[in-house]
Amino acid sequence: MRYYTDEHEWIDVAGDVATVGITDYAQGQLGDIVFVELPGVGTAVEKGKDAAVVESVKAASDVYAPINGEVTETNGALEEDPSLVNSAPEGEGWFFKMTIADAGQLDGLMDEAGYKAFLEGL
Amino acid sequence: MTDQDTEEHVEDLPLDALPLDGWHRARGARMVPFAGYDMPIQYEGIVAEHNWSRENAGLFDVSHMGQLLLSGPDLDAAVEAVLPIDLSTLKVGQQRYSLLLDEDGGVLDDLMVSRWPDALYLVVNGATKWDDIGTLREALPDDITLNHLDEQALLALQGPKAAAVLARHVPGVEALTFMKFAAFTLAGHDVTIARAGYTGEDGFEISLPAAAAAEVADLLCAEPEVKPIGLGARDSLRLEAGLPLYGHDMTPEISPIEAGLVFGINKRRRTEGGFPGADRIIREINEGTARKWVGLTIEGRLPAREGAEVFAGSDKIGILTSGGFSPTLGAPIAMAYVAADYAAPGTTFEVEVRQKRLAATVSPTPFVPHRYFRGS
Repeated sequence: MRYYTDEHEWIDVAGDVATVGITDYAQGQLGDIVFVELPGVGTAVEKGKDAAVVESVKAASDVYAPINGEVTETNGALEEDPSLVNSAPEGEGWFFKMTIADAGQLDGLMDEAGYKAFLEGL
Repeated sequence: MTDQDTEEHVEDLPLDALPLDGWHRARGARMVPFAGYDMPIQYEGIVAEHNWSRENAGLFDVSHMGQLLLSGPDLDAAVEAVLPIDLSTLKVGQQRYSLLLDEDGGVLDDLMVSRWPDALYLVVNGATKWDDIGTLREALPDDITLNHLDEQALLALQGPKAAAVLARHVPGVEALTFMKFAAFTLAGHDVTIARAGYTGEDGFEISLPAAAAAEVADLLCAEPEVKPIGLGARDSLRLEAGLPLYGHDMTPEISPIEAGLVFGINKRRRTEGGFPGADRIIREINEGTARKWVGLTIEGRLPAREGAEVFAGSDKIGILTSGGFSPTLGAPIAMAYVAADYAAPGTTFEVEVRQKRLAATVSPTPFVPHRYFRGS
């Protein structure tokens, strides 16, 4: 099941592990991404707080954790090729995997249809 | 996801529409507030537009800039009292870089001055044009007329194919050399074209009636070598070209000598003075300055941006005033002010970005060679 935040992050939940990235809309807004700064494995992240930074040619942007948890793995491929976030934002361009500290926090996020409606309202 | 961009937006004021506002939107531009206007930051993407301008020809709408015309008796003497320019060597058809300084020698704006037959034509920055008009009006004698040519648009066509494209529509324009201009007819409209720009590439700036801007922009963009280019690529292009940006790399707190813009103080004026801030400027020319503007290359891929601090060990020795990722070099580059002892090319130190120290080296500028056309 994939959820979305109003800050344009997605979180994909499979069992007790969640994968986090930014949406296609977000990468389109940012433009050409040249660097992604990922949290270290073991970092405790908090819902709505900075978890990563994306640098485009134009600017640096914060990426927030969609829920509380601990980072268990980061996407090493982004170090070599940050443009994966542009070409495959909701696939190979994922940012990090994390534990789910409080599954209840997922209930406050949007599903795909909800996010699509949210984008149409922007 | 939230933008950390530090651009100052004047969001309290209603934004004026430039002549090509609808034209940009129809071409899919993303518009952002800049200099009091909605301006196109990008169309298809900054890197694609950047590379297109380096390889083909890009059309930039710079109609936000101020176009001013000065005329009246004893014009040269009046203008030399305000600008550190030597007008005795500026002939009709020539354009020259100059600086508007305050009484302390701080930079109020940088600008281009062109000699028309009976007037001087100035192009000033968009964000500063209203202040500039006030400063000039205050400083110039009452019998000097200052016309703000606000019915004129300004388009820049930049890139290695710009001359071939423009010559199809303006026969003879290819004979202009860098920093020269002349009057021409383009699609039946009276225009003034200067061979100049802000990308480091060969190119032209076309001053034309606002009412003709969309027709001319369409005409040029119908050429296969031409695409419209936004402000985002304009910034990355000028950064690679080592060209400072007013409000960032130059401010009232910075003197042109610190900024490495001594060429903006024409030779005769360096000894004669007689312009605002002359005492300080001449002293700094002779004695040097405590800090200096430098270009930096930065190791790795993480861009360091305006405001990042520069360190030699634990000593803070400077600050970045511009910085970003160079599409041409595939690496981060920046402009900074550093203590004079650290300003020699090849000097290494560190730049701090989010508590991380990045290795930086003072680099000669331009980062990407200029390709101005100075004659064959």
